[in-house]
Amino acid sequence: MTVNQAESLPSLDRLLACPSCGLLHQDIVTPVGKRARCQRCHRVLFFPRRRALARISALALTEAILMIAAVFFPFLTINVGGHTHQSSIFETALSFSQGLMIPLAALVLVMIILLPPLRIAALFYTIAPLKRNLPPRPRARAALRFVEATEPWSMVEIYVVGAVVALIKVAGIAAVSLGPAFWAFSALVVVLTFKDNLMCYWTVWRLIDPQAPRSQA
Amino acid sequence: MNLPRTAQSLGLVGCRTCGRVSPAGTPACPHCGSHFHSRDAELQTVWAWLIAGFICYIPANLYPMLVTQTLTSAKAENTIVNGVIELLKHHEYAVAGIVFFASVIVPIGKFLAIAFLGLSLQRHATLSSHRRHKLLHIVEFIGRWSMIDVFVVAILSSLVQLGAVAQIHPGPAAILFALSVVFTMRAAQCFDPRLIWEKDDGSLK
Repeated sequence: MTVNQAESLPSLDRLLACPSCGLLHQDIVTPVGKRARCQRCHRVLFFPRRRALARISALALTEAILMIAAVFFPFLTINVGGHTHQSSIFETALSFSQGLMIPLAALVLVMIILLPPLRIAALFYTIAPLKRNLPPRPRARAALRFVEATEPWSMVEIYVVGAVVALIKVAGIAAVSLGPAFWAFSALVVVLTFKDNLMCYWTVWRLIDPQAPRSQA
Repeated sequence: MNLPRTAQSLGLVGCRTCGRVSPAGTPACPHCGSHFHSRDAELQTVWAWLIAGFICYIPANLYPMLVTQTLTSAKAENTIVNGVIELLKHHEYAVAGIVFFASVIVPIGKFLAIAFLGLSLQRHATLSSHRRHKLLHIVEFIGRWSMIDVFVVAILSSLVQLGAVAQIHPGPAAILFALSVVFTMRAAQCFDPRLIWEKDDGSLK
């Protein structure tokens, strides 16, 4: 429910403000599997799912394995009249590593190779103790903030679409074969989508903060 | 008028990360540690990122994105729009459509949308808060997809390294375009949707 004009202000610990429109909500109760939306702008505030922590951990582990495969296996191989050349995902980022382009090489490395595993590790660090009902780790708040803030900058899915466009562009002049890293990265996109769908940040924030307003989640 | 009870209208500040409420003037959220930004600086930051993005976008379209050298043809330099035209010549209409949408429609649409949203806080708004909030959400969601072309250039220029037969190198437009995308993503992220709602319910000063 929202906070009424007539009521006196309840303790701050019972209030939550919608991050999109600022409307105050008091004592939000969200049954598992239901969405709690802001009453004014309809943004989803809570969407707790059954056994979400266990499922998120499993998916994050899958992501870690796929990420290792994607980085170390060959990505694409090109063949024109006997000349072949192979590229890994790492090498595609390094194609910008001359002269003024070096910052771009760093940017692509961060978006494609650095952020995905760091986000997986930070998420594990945050939710692993919660899953076993242990108290949160000391740096859990910073880790969760990192996971949330870097979400738009991790661009695996965009990279995979870019790879498909690049394949079609070279298809006319050369034969290209897809390496295991291509399939690992494509699978990673699917797993990432499932995990992002399950992840409800506000539910995890509540679990991290023992004084946070409780819901029957 | 009965104002909706927002954190701001009660002299409080809501955290955009964890939703917890603190008294106004608190520098950082005591619950999750996120920093609170001053309301006055917020919109200026948005304009600054947006203008920086636009400044990078103009040369990004004039300089070549890809430099191609093959055995049979002379050195070819392709800008973003040229790349789309090349794809159309090879009858790859679907891919041409994707690249055109991600590299031309999305960036231009993003400049117009964020500028419109920024201006709508200063004048009478022609769209409802719900619609403008939705527009901001779409801009935030779709903006990152402009990076497709940068990744295409990265993959092509690392893959097509066949000595004299064929070579592809990135052009200076790649870094300018990437910067433009990053700056406009920051502009959209810094735009606080609460400003739209506060303007509408009359609490924005």
